[in-house]
Amino acid sequence: MGELAIEVANVTKSFKVYQEGGQSAKERLIRAGRNPHIVFKALDDVSFEVKQGETFALLGHNGSGKSTMLKCIAGTLRPSTGKVVTRGRLAALLELGAGFHPDLTGRENIYLNGSILGFSKTQIDVIFDDIVEFAELSDFIDQQVKHYSSGMYARLGFSVAINVEPEILLVDEVLSVGDESFQRKCIDRVRQLQGDGRTILLVSHAAELVRQIADRAAVLDHGHLVDIAEPGEAIRTLRETLARRGIALLAEDEDVTEPPPAPKYADPPSLTVPVVKVDKELVITKVVAEYPDPEAKFLLPNQPMRLRIDYFAPQRVTDICMAFEFQDLHGNVIFGDDTQTMEQPIHACDGVGAVCFDLPRVPLLDGAYLISVTATTRNGGQVYDRRDLQDRFEVMQPGRQRGTVALEPKVVHFFHEPSVGEDAPEAEGSDPAAGPGVATTS
Amino acid sequence: MIPDRVSVSPALEVSKRPNPFKRVGHLWQYRELIGNLTRKELKVKYKNSILGFIWSLLNPLMYLVVFSLVFNIISATPVPYYGIFFLSGLLAWNLFNTALGQGTSAITSNAQLVTKVWFPREALVLASVFSALVHFFLQSIVLLFALLAFQRSPDYSFLPIFLFALVVLMLFATALAVGLSAVNVYLRDTQHLLEVALLGWFWLSAVAYPFGLVQTKLEDKWGAGAEWLAGLNPVLTVVITFQRTLYNPDYSGTSTSAVNEANSLPYHPWTWYMTLLGGALAASLVLLFGSLWLFSKLEDNFAEEI
Repeated sequence: MGELAIEVANVTKSFKVYQEGGQSAKERLIRAGRNPHIVFKALDDVSFEVKQGETFALLGHNGSGKSTMLKCIAGTLRPSTGKVVTRGRLAALLELGAGFHPDLTGRENIYLNGSILGFSKTQIDVIFDDIVEFAELSDFIDQQVKHYSSGMYARLGFSVAINVEPEILLVDEVLSVGDESFQRKCIDRVRQLQGDGRTILLVSHAAELVRQIADRAAVLDHGHLVDIAEPGEAIRTLRETLARRGIALLAEDEDVTEPPPAPKYADPPSLTVPVVKVDKELVITKVVAEYPDPEAKFLLPNQPMRLRIDYFAPQRVTDICMAFEFQDLHGNVIFGDDTQTMEQPIHACDGVGAVCFDLPRVPLLDGAYLISVTATTRNGGQVYDRRDLQDRFEVMQPGRQRGTVALEPKVVHFFHEPSVGEDAPEAEGSDPAAGPGVATTS
Repeated sequence: MIPDRVSVSPALEVSKRPNPFKRVGHLWQYRELIGNLTRKELKVKYKNSILGFIWSLLNPLMYLVVFSLVFNIISATPVPYYGIFFLSGLLAWNLFNTALGQGTSAITSNAQLVTKVWFPREALVLASVFSALVHFFLQSIVLLFALLAFQRSPDYSFLPIFLFALVVLMLFATALAVGLSAVNVYLRDTQHLLEVALLGWFWLSAVAYPFGLVQTKLEDKWGAGAEWLAGLNPVLTVVITFQRTLYNPDYSGTSTSAVNEANSLPYHPWTWYMTLLGGALAASLVLLFGSLWLFSKLEDNFAEEI
C-alpha cells in the first residue's frame, strides 16, 4: 500500500501571544494601535508523510508542538501556512470522552459521540454492543455518565473511538490512562488495528510505548522537525535534544565548553597536562566514556566500553583507590565498583596519567547514564577528588525490547503429550515415546 | 462488523478553509449530528427538573400577565384582546431571542468538544436554533388555549405566509448567531453586549405595543406610504405577520372593538407582507453568507483561543 494516509507539507502555525492583559473588548481597545504581542511559532515548517497502514509517532517534550501538530491534522486548528491532507475517515482519541455530557446516560452519549465522529444511528446500532462490551459497562450503560468513575469514563471514550473502526486513528497520550489491565487491552486493540492495516498517528512522550508499537517516529523540538527515523533512533534523538538544552543551560552558568570527541578507543590515552596548577594531592581532570566506534555518539547494547579517568598528581601518591558509579536519569544506581573491591589496586599516581576501567560488555538497553568518579585513599578515609554526575554515556537500542537491562532470553517450550489411547494427532516434531515434549527455538 | 470501509478514500485537504457553500454542504452531511445535539440540549435542560418543559410555558404566561396589566394602565389606544395580540408577537420574539442568545454562546459553551474533534462547528449554533424552535412550538400551546378561551380563530388563508415568516425568522437568527458565535470566542463581551442589545431590540419590534402606532408616526414624518420603513427591522416584519395571522384583526369596522383592532394592525394586502418578508429573506441570505465567511476565517484558532 503505497498510498499516503496523512500528508503534512511545510506546516507553520503561529500564534500571537499578548504579553499583558487579557482578551476582553476593553483590553483589546486599550491596546488597539499598539501591538505588544510576540508571534510565537508553535510549528515551524514541518513536513512529513504517513503511509497507509503505518503507525507513526510524534515525539517531543512538553511544548514541542506535537499536540498542535495533531490538532492541525485532526482539523481543530488550521495551520497558518502549509498544507495538511488526509485520506480516510479519521477518529481522534484525544483526551477520552471529551464529547460526553455528564447529564446524559452512557447510551445517549455513545450515539452523540458517534454522530460527532460522523456516524449515523444505524451505523452505531451495529457496533453498539461491541462498544459496551469492550468498555465493560453493560450494567451501567443506562446510567448518567456523571455517576461514572473516571476509569469508566475513560473506558467508554476509548471504546467508542476504537470501535468506530476509523481508517486513521489519532492517539494523544491516552494509552497511559486507566488501570493496567484496560491499558493492556487498549494496546492489544491498537495492535489489532495495526494488523488490519489502519493508520495510526500516536503522540506521546512515553518512549517505551513508542518503541513497542510505532514503525517510524518524528521528533519535534520547539516546533521544528528534528528527525524522522525508526523508533530507537528517534528516541535517542529526542533524548539528545533534551540533553542539549540541559547542557546549554549549564554552559551559560559555568562557562564550560564541550570536551572534544574522544580519541580512538584502541590507542593509548593521550595525556594532557592541566593548565592550572592545583594545591590538591590529586585532581581528576577528565572523565570520558569511550565507545568502540569513535565516531558514534552512543553505544549499542552489549558493546564494550572503556571508562577513562584522567588525573593529575603534583606529587607521587601511593595510597590511592579509584571508584566509579553509573546512575540512570531517575537516580537509580546501575552499577558501582572500585579498584580495591576489584582487587586490582593502583600502585601509585605521579604526574599526568589515566586510569581506565574496561568493560567488555555493557548489557544495558536504552538510555542515558550519568557517571560519578571518586579518587580516595585505599580505606576510603580521605577523598582526593570527585566528579559527580557530570559525565554521561548513552546506549541506543535499535530493537523492540524494552526496559533497562539487555537480557538475552531463549525460548524453550514444554508441552504435555496427549496419551496414545486418545485419538489425538501426533505432536509435531516430538518423539512419541518421550513424556512431556520439548521444543526449542533460537 | 466494519461500517462502509472504502479501500482508497478521497483526499481531504484539512488545512483549507471551506467556502460558505461547502460549509452548508458539510452541515447537510452532519444533519444527524444537528438532530442529536438539539435533542441533547433539550434533554440536558429539563433533566433533573420535576416540571420539565412546563417551565418554558411559564415564561410567556408571566410576560402575558405583566404586560396586560401595564399596557391597560398606561396605553391611550386600546387593543382589544390584548393577551392574544401580545402572545402572537411574543412567540416570534421569544424564538428570535432564545435562538440568537443561545446560538451566540454555542461555541464557547461547548469548548471541550471544539478543541478535540473536528465537525462542522456551525452544527452547535444550529442545534441552539432548533431547540429554540422546539420551545416555540411548546409555547404556542399557551396561545392555542388563549384562542380557544376567547373563541377567536386565526386567519387560515395567511398560514403559508406565516410559515414563510417563520423560516425567514429562523434564517435571520441563524445568520446573526453564526457570525456572533465566532466573534464571541475571541471577545467574550459579545454575549453580554447582545443581551443588552436584545432588550432594546424588543422595544423596536412592536411586540408589546400595536404596529398601528408605528405606522402613524412614520407617516406623520415621511408622508403616506412610508410604513415600509418599519420593514428594515426583519424581526418587526415577522412579528406583524404573526399578529396578522394569529391575532387576525377584524377589518369589517362594524363595531368599536373592530375599529380598534383594525387600528392596532392597519390593513395591508398579503402582497405587502410578502414584499417585506422577501426583503428580509434576501437580507438574511446575504448576512448568512457573510457570517459563514467570517466564521471560516475565525475558526482557524478556535481550539487555541477558546
